[in-house]
Amino acid sequence: MLTTLDQIYENKKATVTDIQGGQGIRQRLGQMGIHPGDTITMLRYGALRGPILIEVHGSQVALGRGIASRIIVEEVQ
Amino acid sequence: MRIALAGQPNCGKSTLFNHIAGYKAITSNFPGTTVKYTETKTHINGHTCTCVDLPGTYSLTSGDPAEVEARNHLLSGEVDVIINVIDASLLIRSLELTLQLLELEVPMVLCLNMMDESQRKGIQIDIEKLSKLLGIPVVPTIATTGKGLKPLFMEVVRILEEKKTGIIPHFSRDVEDIIRQLILDLRTEFKLQHHVPSRFLAVKLLENDSFFVDTLPDHDDMSVRIKRYQAKLEESHGVPADEVISSERHALAMNLSEKASEVVHPPQRDIRIVIDHWAMHRVFGYVIIAVVFYAFFNFIFSIGEYLEAPLMNLFNQWMNQLKGSFREGSLSFFLSAGVLQGIMGGVAIVLPYLVPFLIGLSLLEDVGYLPRAAFLMDVFMHRIGLHGKAVIPFILGYGCSVPAVMATRILEFPQHRFIVSILATMIPCAARTTIIFALVAFFIGPNAALGIFALNILVVAISGKILSLLFPYPEASLGLILEIPAYQLPPLRNTLKKSWYRVREFIVIAWPILIIGSVLLALMEYGGIEKYINWILSPLTHLLGLPVSVGTTLIFGLLRKELSMIMLTQALGTTQVLTVMTKTQIMVFTVFVTFYIPCLATIAALWKEIGKKGALLAILFTLSVAIILAFATRVFFGIIL
Repeated sequence: MLTTLDQIYENKKATVTDIQGGQGIRQRLGQMGIHPGDTITMLRYGALRGPILIEVHGSQVALGRGIASRIIVEEVQ
Repeated sequence: MRIALAGQPNCGKSTLFNHIAGYKAITSNFPGTTVKYTETKTHINGHTCTCVDLPGTYSLTSGDPAEVEARNHLLSGEVDVIINVIDASLLIRSLELTLQLLELEVPMVLCLNMMDESQRKGIQIDIEKLSKLLGIPVVPTIATTGKGLKPLFMEVVRILEEKKTGIIPHFSRDVEDIIRQLILDLRTEFKLQHHVPSRFLAVKLLENDSFFVDTLPDHDDMSVRIKRYQAKLEESHGVPADEVISSERHALAMNLSEKASEVVHPPQRDIRIVIDHWAMHRVFGYVIIAVVFYAFFNFIFSIGEYLEAPLMNLFNQWMNQLKGSFREGSLSFFLSAGVLQGIMGGVAIVLPYLVPFLIGLSLLEDVGYLPRAAFLMDVFMHRIGLHGKAVIPFILGYGCSVPAVMATRILEFPQHRFIVSILATMIPCAARTTIIFALVAFFIGPNAALGIFALNILVVAISGKILSLLFPYPEASLGLILEIPAYQLPPLRNTLKKSWYRVREFIVIAWPILIIGSVLLALMEYGGIEKYINWILSPLTHLLGLPVSVGTTLIFGLLRKELSMIMLTQALGTTQVLTVMTKTQIMVFTVFVTFYIPCLATIAALWKEIGKKGALLAILFTLSVAIILAFATRVFFGIIL
């Protein structure tokens, strides 16, 4: 089932299927190693809808909720 | 010959550079510490060479100004060898940049840094295989300890003599076909003479990189042609052309990493994971951040207080001796008193607080706590209308406003840079922190000093809200995307060296200004000019309820913020500040000095980064904020005391 990255529970994995947004956001995320097809592990949520912390290709990245909600993912069961 | 260190943020370029140069570049465990490049001359095997430490870039696509600066330098044609520094524990992501660097067709050596970290993660890298796949020498290093640097430079010299460039791995065939056609078109049909290697240029054009698209001669036919190629890629892959290229590059990097490395054991679970569990926790994280900064605060205060009192006594003794040996009121008395004031002000008031502050700050930076603080604070940054990376200039601002203003180059939008630059100058820098400690904490108490820091954060937040309403910036601005690097146990030597580098900056640049300033004030007192300045500023000092004689010190504070404090004792004629100023006056004075007009160096930085109008606006804005707050402090303390 497709959902957005910010909906994934902590310690669950998800595969990126699409990134909604222009070239700018795609580029920024791509530089962090986040492209369609990559697997992301949700590590934790920040307080009060603060940023989320994920792990991708061995590095930890903090993402604002706004950006996370533009990353379409499929949860890995 | 010219060697450039290129690599992604936080891979250890500056650490490596410092091994070559002695300590010249500020390093920290925080992505984006270097925003402009530093150069040094060095000798390798008898060759004299210039070594350049470039800002970290995740890719060579035009993003923020810091990245553009790094890329333009690499493309300038002056670089003879690139040392591509990569974090061996993040092989896939790092190789994406390596692949782009290879396209520059400059001789290159791959420096596999942070080998200790990658071993801890259980990653085993086949160095020879990687070197064979990329066609360039690969040298494993641990820059923090200096391990592997000698072999690295031997390879640099060898590759320089051979002038051999690496192998550019191929994308999928259909993509390669289009790249080849575009190169052919550019060369034959448009006779394009570009100093940029043609493959690199073609790929960037297909990626729609605005910088390269703009450098093309105005040629309708060419842009139509490029659009057609992009459409072709989009049609066959179902995603925009830039995404096709970035996915291809990503796939290549994954493929290379798969061929040349394997995970031999799962990452060792170490204490750092446990620490992060608490340090970034949504409740305890905030408790910890409060404890960390409170401990930091007390560390500075207890050391400073311990040193300030005896040094002040010594200073007073010497001052009295001066009074004995010179006729009071004579020129020689004023001159020698001014010199003594400047020297002892630095020793007794500034250094006792500055040194522990800088050591503590360096330690927090090197350990890697600051990105965690940025993660925790982001939600509040949103509340004040600021997003994402803006937190970096703020954190740097606690060290010095000048690098903080320069660090706004990591922000993409000019409007955003404008607001953040102004706000960053309002953060108390090391100099102002010293004032807060030496005056408020020392004479009134540590809690009052903490109050000023808290007030400052509140005011910066409100100012942020006001400025972002006055100067709205595009909603398209991205939220936080920040790498959270692993904690590092920095070699203490590095941290101390860095602190020394910053203390030295005070001694070499600021201290002479303090001494000259003190002498000038002494001369002005002697000549009676000081009275006129104080008279001109008397409306302000009256409004704030301050002694008229502090007027001049506020003017001098513009040169260096510490100056207004050192001169305060001079202007008042005593170091027993409490005998001539009430606690309220000390509070009002400190609040005013904390917020008013940035120092000259910062104004110059603002001028450069956000223009003349921006700098002027910053001056007016901070001055009004300072007057309002200082007046409010006067009223508030008048009521409660």
